[in-house]
Amino acid sequence: MAEKGVKVFGMWASPMVIRVEWALRLKGVEYEYVDEDLANKSADLLRYNPVTKKVPVLVHDGKPIAESTIIVEYIDEAWKGGYPIMPADPYERARARFWARFAEEKCNAALYPIFTTTGEAQRKAVHEAQQCLKTLETALEGKKFFGGDAVGYLDIVVGWYAHWLPVVEEVIGASIVTDEELPLMKAWFDRFLAVDVVKAALPDRDRLVAANKARREQLLSA
Amino acid sequence: MASDDAAAVRVVGGWASPFVMRVCVALRLKGVAYEFLQEEPGKKSELLLASNPVHKQIPVLLHGGRPVCESLVILQYVDEAFSGARPRILPVDPYDRAVHRFWAEYADAKLPTALRTLRGMIDGDKAAAAEQVAAALAQLEEAFTACSKGQHFFAGDDIGFLDIVLGSYVGWFRAAERITAQTVLDEMRTPRLAAWAARFCGHESVRDVMPDAGRLVEFGEALRAALAANANAQRM
Repeated sequence: MAEKGVKVFGMWASPMVIRVEWALRLKGVEYEYVDEDLANKSADLLRYNPVTKKVPVLVHDGKPIAESTIIVEYIDEAWKGGYPIMPADPYERARARFWARFAEEKCNAALYPIFTTTGEAQRKAVHEAQQCLKTLETALEGKKFFGGDAVGYLDIVVGWYAHWLPVVEEVIGASIVTDEELPLMKAWFDRFLAVDVVKAALPDRDRLVAANKARREQLLSA
Repeated sequence: MASDDAAAVRVVGGWASPFVMRVCVALRLKGVAYEFLQEEPGKKSELLLASNPVHKQIPVLLHGGRPVCESLVILQYVDEAFSGARPRILPVDPYDRAVHRFWAEYADAKLPTALRTLRGMIDGDKAAAAEQVAAALAQLEEAFTACSKGQHFFAGDDIGFLDIVLGSYVGWFRAAERITAQTVLDEMRTPRLAAWAARFCGHESVRDVMPDAGRLVEFGEALRAALAANANAQRM
Protein backbone atom coordinates (compact mmCIF):
# COMPACT_ATOMS: atom_id res chain seq x y z
CA MET A 1 0.00 0.00 0.00
CA ALA A 2 1.91 3.01 -1.33
CA GLU A 3 -0.69 5.61 -0.29
CA LYS A 4 0.62 7.72 2.62
CA GLY A 5 -0.64 10.80 4.38
CA VAL A 6 -3.97 12.29 5.37
CA LYS A 7 -6.77 13.29 3.01
CA VAL A 8 -10.12 14.86 3.89
CA PHE A 9 -13.02 14.64 1.46
CA GLY A 10 -15.38 17.48 2.26
CA MET A 11 -17.64 20.27 1.10
CA TRP A 12 -16.83 23.91 1.88
CA ALA A 13 -20.20 24.68 3.52
CA SER A 14 -20.55 21.49 5.58
CA PRO A 15 -20.56 21.81 9.38
CA MET A 16 -19.82 18.10 9.68
CA VAL A 17 -16.65 18.42 7.63
CA ILE A 18 -15.29 21.32 9.64
CA ARG A 19 -15.21 19.13 12.76
CA VAL A 20 -12.61 16.95 11.09
CA GLU A 21 -10.51 19.93 10.06
CA TRP A 22 -10.62 21.41 13.56
CA ALA A 23 -9.53 18.10 15.07
CA LEU A 24 -6.64 17.67 12.61
CA ARG A 25 -5.51 21.26 13.14
CA LEU A 26 -5.60 20.88 16.94
CA LYS A 27 -3.27 17.89 16.54
CA GLY A 28 -1.04 19.79 14.10
CA VAL A 29 -1.61 17.16 11.41
CA GLU A 30 -1.04 18.18 7.78
CA TYR A 31 -3.76 17.07 5.40
CA GLU A 32 -4.86 17.36 1.81
CA TYR A 33 -8.39 18.72 1.45
CA VAL A 34 -10.54 17.57 -1.47
CA ASP A 35 -13.65 19.71 -2.04
CA GLU A 36 -16.57 17.70 -3.40
CA ASP A 37 -19.48 18.79 -5.57
CA LEU A 38 -22.20 16.80 -3.80
CA ALA A 39 -24.36 16.83 -6.93
CA ASN A 40 -21.50 15.19 -8.81
CA LYS A 41 -19.50 13.07 -6.36
CA SER A 42 -15.99 12.00 -7.25
CA ALA A 43 -15.10 8.41 -8.02
CA ASP A 44 -12.67 8.53 -5.09
CA LEU A 45 -15.37 9.55 -2.59
CA LEU A 46 -17.68 6.78 -3.78
CA ARG A 47 -14.83 4.28 -3.58
CA TYR A 48 -13.82 5.34 -0.06
CA ASN A 49 -17.38 5.59 1.30
CA PRO A 50 -19.61 3.27 -0.72
CA VAL A 51 -22.04 2.73 2.19
CA THR A 52 -23.32 6.25 2.85
CA LYS A 53 -21.49 8.15 0.05
CA LYS A 54 -21.35 11.21 2.33
CA VAL A 55 -18.70 13.70 3.37
CA PRO A 56 -16.64 13.97 5.44
CA VAL A 57 -14.37 11.02 4.77
CA LEU A 58 -10.89 10.87 6.28
CA VAL A 59 -8.35 8.74 4.46
CA HIS A 60 -5.28 7.92 6.54
CA ASP A 61 -2.49 6.06 4.72
CA GLY A 62 -5.09 4.77 2.27
CA LYS A 63 -7.61 3.63 4.91
CA PRO A 64 -10.99 5.43 4.89
CA ILE A 65 -13.15 6.43 7.84
CA ALA A 66 -16.63 7.97 7.59
CA GLU A 67 -18.97 9.78 10.03
CA SER A 68 -17.62 13.00 11.47
CA THR A 69 -17.86 12.21 15.20
CA ILE A 70 -16.26 8.81 14.64
CA ILE A 71 -13.50 10.50 12.63
CA VAL A 72 -12.86 13.00 15.45
CA GLU A 73 -12.43 10.18 18.00
CA TYR A 74 -10.16 8.36 15.53
CA ILE A 75 -7.99 11.46 15.15
CA ASP A 76 -7.68 11.71 18.92
CA GLU A 77 -6.65 8.06 19.21
CA ALA A 78 -4.40 7.85 16.12
CA TRP A 79 -2.40 10.94 17.16
CA LYS A 80 -2.47 10.07 20.83
CA GLY A 81 0.50 12.15 21.96
CA GLY A 82 -0.85 15.43 20.62
CA TYR A 83 -3.53 17.80 21.86
CA PRO A 84 -6.04 15.88 24.03
CA ILE A 85 -9.46 16.06 22.38
CA MET A 86 -11.42 13.60 24.55
CA PRO A 87 -11.43 14.03 28.35
CA ALA A 88 -9.16 11.63 30.22
CA ASP A 89 -11.72 10.46 32.79
CA PRO A 90 -14.17 7.72 31.66
CA TYR A 91 -17.18 9.43 33.21
CA GLU A 92 -16.34 12.77 31.58
CA ARG A 93 -15.84 10.95 28.27
CA ALA A 94 -19.30 9.42 28.66
CA ARG A 95 -20.81 12.85 29.35
CA ALA A 96 -19.06 14.37 26.30
CA ARG A 97 -20.34 11.56 24.07
CA PHE A 98 -23.83 11.82 25.58
CA TRP A 99 -24.09 15.55 24.85
CA ALA A 100 -22.62 15.14 21.36
CA ARG A 101 -25.34 12.61 20.53
CA PHE A 102 -27.99 14.89 22.07
CA ALA A 103 -26.84 17.79 19.93
CA GLU A 104 -26.73 15.66 16.78
CA GLU A 105 -30.06 13.92 17.30
CA LYS A 106 -32.18 16.54 19.05
CA CYS A 107 -30.72 20.02 18.52
CA ASN A 108 -29.93 19.59 14.83
CA ALA A 109 -33.41 18.17 14.23
CA ALA A 110 -34.91 21.13 16.12
CA LEU A 111 -32.85 23.67 14.15
CA TYR A 112 -33.71 22.44 10.67
CA PRO A 113 -37.43 23.39 10.72
CA ILE A 114 -36.46 27.02 11.46
CA PHE A 115 -34.90 27.12 8.07
CA THR A 116 -37.87 25.68 6.21
CA THR A 117 -40.69 27.66 7.85
CA THR A 118 -41.99 31.20 8.08
CA GLY A 119 -44.29 33.25 10.33
CA GLU A 120 -45.94 31.53 13.28
CA ALA A 121 -44.55 28.10 12.37
CA GLN A 122 -41.06 29.57 12.39
CA ARG A 123 -41.62 31.27 15.75
CA LYS A 124 -42.65 27.91 17.20
CA ALA A 125 -39.64 26.22 15.61
CA VAL A 126 -37.30 28.86 17.06
CA HIS A 127 -38.78 28.33 20.51
CA GLU A 128 -38.36 24.54 20.26
CA ALA A 129 -34.76 24.91 19.13
CA GLN A 130 -34.03 27.32 21.98
CA GLN A 131 -35.36 24.78 24.52
CA CYS A 132 -33.05 22.17 23.05
CA LEU A 133 -30.06 24.49 23.12
CA LYS A 134 -30.88 25.47 26.72
CA THR A 135 -30.60 21.82 27.71
CA LEU A 136 -27.25 21.57 25.93
CA GLU A 137 -26.14 24.82 27.56
CA THR A 138 -26.24 23.16 31.01
CA ALA A 139 -23.08 21.31 29.96
CA LEU A 140 -21.29 24.68 29.79
CA GLU A 141 -22.08 25.79 33.35
CA GLY A 142 -19.00 27.00 35.24
CA LYS A 143 -16.70 26.40 32.26
CA LYS A 144 -14.97 28.41 29.54
CA PHE A 145 -15.52 25.69 26.96
CA PHE A 146 -17.51 22.44 26.93
CA GLY A 147 -14.12 20.78 27.31
CA GLY A 148 -13.27 22.85 30.41
CA ASP A 149 -10.41 25.35 30.22
CA ALA A 150 -9.66 24.37 26.64
CA VAL A 151 -11.52 23.23 23.54
CA GLY A 152 -12.44 19.54 23.55
CA TYR A 153 -14.55 16.94 21.76
CA LEU A 154 -17.92 18.50 22.50
CA ASP A 155 -16.74 21.97 21.44
CA ILE A 156 -15.61 20.43 18.13
CA VAL A 157 -18.94 18.66 17.62
CA VAL A 158 -21.22 21.62 18.37
CA GLY A 159 -18.81 24.43 17.51
CA TRP A 160 -20.36 24.86 14.08
CA TYR A 161 -23.32 26.57 15.80
CA ALA A 162 -21.04 29.54 16.60
CA HIS A 163 -20.44 30.32 12.92
CA TRP A 164 -23.55 28.89 11.26
CA LEU A 165 -26.37 29.98 13.59
CA PRO A 166 -25.64 33.71 13.19
CA VAL A 167 -25.73 33.07 9.42
CA VAL A 168 -29.13 31.36 9.75
CA GLU A 169 -30.34 34.23 11.93
CA GLU A 170 -29.35 36.70 9.21
CA VAL A 171 -31.01 34.64 6.47
CA ILE A 172 -34.33 34.17 8.31
CA GLY A 173 -34.34 37.60 9.95
CA ALA A 174 -34.89 36.31 13.49
CA SER A 175 -32.73 35.61 16.57
CA ILE A 176 -32.11 32.20 18.06
CA VAL A 177 -29.10 32.48 20.35
CA THR A 178 -29.53 35.69 22.36
CA ASP A 179 -28.08 37.06 25.61
CA GLU A 180 -31.53 36.75 27.20
CA GLU A 181 -32.34 33.19 26.14
CA LEU A 182 -28.90 31.54 25.91
CA PRO A 183 -26.30 33.70 27.70
CA LEU A 184 -23.75 30.95 28.31
CA MET A 185 -23.92 29.72 24.74
CA LYS A 186 -23.60 33.22 23.32
CA ALA A 187 -20.52 33.90 25.42
CA TRP A 188 -19.05 30.55 24.40
CA PHE A 189 -19.64 31.42 20.68
CA ASP A 190 -17.28 34.40 21.08
CA ARG A 191 -14.61 32.45 22.97
CA PHE A 192 -14.77 29.53 20.53
CA LEU A 193 -14.50 31.68 17.41
CA ALA A 194 -11.44 33.41 18.91
CA VAL A 195 -9.49 30.13 19.00
CA ASP A 196 -6.79 30.15 16.27
CA VAL A 197 -7.39 26.70 14.75
CA VAL A 198 -11.15 27.35 14.72
CA LYS A 199 -10.77 30.66 12.88
CA ALA A 200 -8.37 29.16 10.36
CA ALA A 201 -10.90 26.65 8.99
CA LEU A 202 -14.12 28.71 8.88
CA PRO A 203 -15.86 29.05 5.51
CA ASP A 204 -16.30 32.60 4.22
CA ARG A 205 -19.30 34.14 5.97
CA ASP A 206 -20.66 36.08 3.01
CA ARG A 207 -20.45 33.03 0.79
CA LEU A 208 -22.26 31.00 3.47
CA VAL A 209 -25.00 33.63 3.80
CA ALA A 210 -25.52 33.69 0.03
CA ALA A 211 -25.63 29.88 -0.20
CA ASN A 212 -28.08 29.60 2.71
CA LYS A 213 -30.30 32.37 1.32
CA ALA A 214 -30.50 30.50 -1.98
CA ARG A 215 -31.19 27.19 -0.26
CA ARG A 216 -33.95 28.67 1.88
CA GLU A 217 -35.65 30.20 -1.16
CA GLN A 218 -35.46 26.85 -2.88
CA LEU A 219 -36.94 25.02 0.14
CA LEU A 220 -39.73 27.55 0.68
CA SER A 221 -40.82 27.49 -2.94
CA ALA A 222 -40.86 23.70 -3.11
CA MET B 1 -16.77 -7.62 45.36
CA ALA B 2 -17.70 -5.92 48.65
CA SER B 3 -20.95 -3.96 48.75
CA ASP B 4 -19.16 -0.61 48.56
CA ASP B 5 -21.65 2.08 47.49
CA ALA B 6 -18.96 3.95 45.58
CA ALA B 7 -18.46 0.96 43.29
CA ALA B 8 -22.08 -0.28 43.13
CA VAL B 9 -23.36 -0.89 39.63
CA ARG B 10 -27.07 -0.76 38.83
CA VAL B 11 -28.86 -1.02 35.52
CA VAL B 12 -32.25 0.59 35.06
CA GLY B 13 -33.94 -1.24 32.23
CA GLY B 14 -36.31 -3.80 30.83
CA TRP B 15 -35.71 -7.43 29.84
CA ALA B 16 -37.24 -6.95 26.38
CA SER B 17 -35.10 -4.01 25.27
CA PRO B 18 -32.14 -4.71 22.99
CA PHE B 19 -30.52 -1.49 24.16
CA VAL B 20 -30.70 -2.63 27.78
CA MET B 21 -29.48 -6.11 26.85
CA ARG B 22 -26.30 -4.59 25.44
CA VAL B 23 -25.41 -3.14 28.82
CA CYS B 24 -26.04 -6.42 30.65
CA VAL B 25 -23.94 -8.39 28.16
CA ALA B 26 -21.08 -5.90 28.50
CA LEU B 27 -21.12 -6.07 32.31
CA ARG B 28 -21.28 -9.86 32.27
CA LEU B 29 -18.42 -9.98 29.77
CA LYS B 30 -16.30 -7.88 32.13
CA GLY B 31 -17.34 -9.93 35.15
CA VAL B 32 -18.89 -6.89 36.82
CA ALA B 33 -21.69 -7.65 39.28
CA TYR B 34 -24.76 -5.46 38.91
CA GLU B 35 -28.25 -4.97 40.28
CA PHE B 36 -30.96 -5.00 37.61
CA LEU B 37 -33.91 -2.69 38.20
CA GLN B 38 -36.77 -3.76 35.92
CA GLU B 39 -38.97 -0.88 34.82
CA GLU B 40 -42.70 -1.50 34.71
CA PRO B 41 -43.78 -1.47 31.04
CA GLY B 42 -45.78 1.64 30.23
CA LYS B 43 -44.63 3.43 33.38
CA LYS B 44 -41.41 5.32 34.20
CA SER B 45 -39.95 5.07 37.69
CA GLU B 46 -38.84 8.08 39.74
CA LEU B 47 -35.29 6.74 39.52
CA LEU B 48 -35.41 6.64 35.71
CA LEU B 49 -36.81 10.16 35.46
CA ALA B 50 -34.24 11.47 37.92
CA SER B 51 -31.24 9.72 36.38
CA ASN B 52 -32.13 10.39 32.72
CA PRO B 53 -34.10 13.64 32.78
CA VAL B 54 -33.10 14.52 29.20
CA HIS B 55 -34.42 11.42 27.42
CA LYS B 56 -36.37 9.61 30.18
CA GLN B 57 -35.40 6.31 28.54
CA ILE B 58 -33.78 3.02 29.41
CA PRO B 59 -31.07 1.87 29.69
CA VAL B 60 -29.39 3.89 32.40
CA LEU B 61 -26.24 2.63 34.08
CA LEU B 62 -25.65 3.90 37.60
CA HIS B 63 -22.04 3.53 38.74
CA GLY B 64 -21.53 4.65 42.31
CA GLY B 65 -24.76 6.59 41.90
CA ARG B 66 -23.60 8.48 38.77
CA PRO B 67 -25.80 7.93 35.71
CA VAL B 68 -24.57 7.06 32.23
CA CYS B 69 -27.21 7.09 29.45
CA GLU B 70 -27.43 5.94 25.81
CA SER B 71 -26.47 2.31 25.16
CA LEU B 72 -23.49 3.00 22.86
CA VAL B 73 -22.14 5.53 25.36
CA ILE B 74 -22.63 3.04 28.21
CA LEU B 75 -20.80 0.25 26.33
CA GLN B 76 -17.75 2.46 25.87
CA TYR B 77 -17.97 3.65 29.47
CA VAL B 78 -18.01 0.05 30.76
CA ASP B 79 -14.97 -0.72 28.61
CA GLU B 80 -13.09 2.33 29.94
CA ALA B 81 -14.21 2.31 33.58
CA PHE B 82 -13.38 -1.40 33.92
CA SER B 83 -10.37 -1.22 31.63
CA GLY B 84 -8.41 -3.75 33.67
CA ALA B 85 -10.98 -6.49 33.04
CA ARG B 86 -10.77 -8.71 29.95
CA PRO B 87 -11.92 -9.15 27.31
CA ARG B 88 -11.82 -5.62 25.89
CA ILE B 89 -15.13 -4.50 24.44
CA LEU B 90 -13.75 -2.19 21.73
CA PRO B 91 -10.74 -3.20 19.61
CA VAL B 92 -7.35 -1.79 20.56
CA ASP B 93 -6.37 -0.45 17.15
CA PRO B 94 -7.79 3.05 16.40
CA TYR B 95 -8.76 2.15 12.84
CA ASP B 96 -10.58 -1.01 13.92
CA ARG B 97 -12.37 1.03 16.61
CA ALA B 98 -13.53 3.50 13.97
CA VAL B 99 -14.78 0.70 11.70
CA HIS B 100 -16.68 -1.01 14.53
CA ARG B 101 -18.20 2.30 15.65
CA PHE B 102 -19.25 3.00 12.06
CA TRP B 103 -21.11 -0.29 11.71
CA ALA B 104 -22.70 0.09 15.15
CA GLU B 105 -24.09 3.50 14.19
CA TYR B 106 -25.18 2.02 10.84
CA ALA B 107 -27.10 -0.80 12.55
CA ASP B 108 -28.78 1.66 14.92
CA ALA B 109 -29.74 3.94 12.04
CA LYS B 110 -31.19 1.21 9.80
CA LEU B 111 -32.74 -1.39 12.08
CA PRO B 112 -34.84 -0.13 15.05
CA THR B 113 -37.67 1.69 13.26
CA ALA B 114 -37.92 -0.94 10.52
CA LEU B 115 -38.03 -3.75 13.09
CA ARG B 116 -40.66 -1.95 15.17
CA THR B 117 -42.74 -1.65 12.00
CA LEU B 118 -42.37 -5.37 11.25
CA ARG B 119 -43.36 -6.24 14.82
CA GLY B 120 -46.43 -4.01 14.51
CA MET B 121 -45.27 -1.69 17.32
CA ILE B 122 -45.58 1.31 15.02
CA ASP B 123 -47.63 1.87 11.89
CA GLY B 124 -45.77 1.70 8.61
CA ASP B 125 -45.17 -0.04 5.31
CA LYS B 126 -44.14 -3.55 6.34
CA ALA B 127 -42.86 -4.50 2.89
CA ALA B 128 -40.59 -1.45 2.79
CA ALA B 129 -39.43 -2.16 6.34
CA ALA B 130 -38.57 -5.76 5.41
CA GLU B 131 -36.57 -4.53 2.42
CA GLN B 132 -34.70 -2.01 4.55
CA VAL B 133 -33.75 -4.68 7.08
CA ALA B 134 -32.69 -7.08 4.32
CA ALA B 135 -30.51 -4.43 2.67
CA ALA B 136 -28.89 -3.51 5.99
CA LEU B 137 -28.20 -7.15 6.82
CA ALA B 138 -26.65 -7.69 3.38
CA GLN B 139 -24.24 -4.81 4.12
CA LEU B 140 -23.53 -6.18 7.58
CA GLU B 141 -22.82 -9.63 6.13
CA GLU B 142 -20.02 -8.03 4.08
CA ALA B 143 -18.86 -6.08 7.13
CA PHE B 144 -18.72 -9.32 9.10
CA THR B 145 -16.49 -10.96 6.49
CA ALA B 146 -14.15 -7.97 6.52
CA CYS B 147 -14.05 -7.48 10.31
CA SER B 148 -13.96 -11.09 11.51
CA LYS B 149 -11.18 -12.19 9.12
CA GLY B 150 -12.35 -15.77 9.35
CA GLN B 151 -12.85 -15.78 13.13
CA HIS B 152 -16.09 -16.39 15.03
CA PHE B 153 -17.13 -12.85 15.87
CA PHE B 154 -16.78 -9.31 14.51
CA ALA B 155 -14.17 -8.74 17.19
CA GLY B 156 -12.27 -11.98 16.65
CA ASP B 157 -12.43 -15.07 18.82
CA ASP B 158 -14.62 -13.48 21.47
CA ILE B 159 -17.56 -11.07 21.33
CA GLY B 160 -16.99 -7.32 21.36
CA PHE B 161 -18.68 -3.98 20.80
CA LEU B 162 -20.12 -4.64 17.35
CA ASP B 163 -21.21 -8.19 18.21
CA ILE B 164 -23.04 -6.82 21.25
CA VAL B 165 -24.69 -3.96 19.31
CA LEU B 166 -25.89 -6.07 16.39
CA GLY B 167 -26.47 -9.20 18.44
CA SER B 168 -28.88 -7.37 20.71
CA TYR B 169 -31.31 -7.21 17.77
CA VAL B 170 -31.44 -11.03 17.31
CA GLY B 171 -34.40 -11.36 19.71
CA TRP B 172 -36.32 -8.78 17.65
CA PHE B 173 -35.31 -10.52 14.38
CA ARG B 174 -36.83 -13.73 15.70
CA ALA B 175 -39.95 -12.00 17.03
CA ALA B 176 -40.45 -10.28 13.67
CA GLU B 177 -40.07 -13.63 11.92
CA ARG B 178 -42.87 -15.09 14.04
CA ILE B 179 -45.15 -12.13 13.51
CA THR B 180 -44.62 -11.76 9.74
CA ALA B 181 -44.07 -15.49 9.02
CA GLN B 182 -41.05 -14.48 6.88
CA THR B 183 -37.34 -14.91 7.52
CA VAL B 184 -35.43 -11.84 8.61
CA LEU B 185 -31.98 -13.27 9.36
CA ASP B 186 -31.88 -15.62 6.40
CA GLU B 187 -29.39 -18.51 6.15
CA MET B 188 -29.40 -18.30 2.36
CA ARG B 189 -29.04 -14.53 1.98
CA THR B 190 -26.72 -13.90 4.95
CA PRO B 191 -25.15 -17.26 5.85
CA ARG B 192 -22.28 -15.86 7.88
CA LEU B 193 -24.50 -13.61 9.98
CA ALA B 194 -26.95 -16.48 10.55
CA ALA B 195 -24.14 -18.66 11.88
CA TRP B 196 -22.71 -15.77 13.89
CA ALA B 197 -26.12 -15.10 15.48
CA ALA B 198 -26.33 -18.69 16.73
CA ARG B 199 -22.84 -18.43 18.20
CA PHE B 200 -23.68 -15.08 19.79
CA CYS B 201 -26.83 -16.43 21.42
CA GLY B 202 -24.90 -19.37 22.84
CA HIS B 203 -22.22 -17.19 24.44
CA GLU B 204 -22.10 -17.40 28.25
CA SER B 205 -22.49 -13.63 28.65
CA VAL B 206 -25.51 -13.57 26.34
CA ARG B 207 -27.48 -16.75 27.06
CA ASP B 208 -29.27 -15.56 30.19
CA VAL B 209 -30.18 -12.09 28.89
CA MET B 210 -31.24 -12.85 25.31
CA PRO B 211 -35.04 -12.65 25.41
CA ASP B 212 -37.11 -15.55 24.11
CA ALA B 213 -38.87 -14.74 20.80
CA GLY B 214 -42.24 -16.06 21.98
CA ARG B 215 -42.08 -13.92 25.13
CA LEU B 216 -41.14 -10.90 23.02
CA VAL B 217 -44.16 -11.40 20.77
CA GLU B 218 -46.47 -11.60 23.82
CA PHE B 219 -44.71 -8.62 25.37
CA GLY B 220 -45.22 -6.59 22.18
CA GLU B 221 -48.93 -7.38 22.19
CA ALA B 222 -49.28 -6.41 25.85
CA LEU B 223 -47.31 -3.22 25.32
CA ARG B 224 -49.43 -2.17 22.35
CA ALA B 225 -52.49 -2.57 24.56
CA ALA B 226 -50.86 -0.54 27.33
CA LEU B 227 -49.79 2.13 24.80
CA ALA B 228 -53.34 2.42 23.55
CA ALA B 229 -54.48 2.94 27.13
CA ASN B 230 -51.65 5.22 28.24
CA ALA B 231 -49.88 7.74 25.99
CA ASN B 232 -46.77 7.96 28.14
CA ALA B 233 -45.35 4.47 27.59
CA GLN B 234 -41.59 4.08 27.36
CA ARG B 235 -39.92 3.20 24.07
CA MET B 236 -39.29 -0.49 23.59
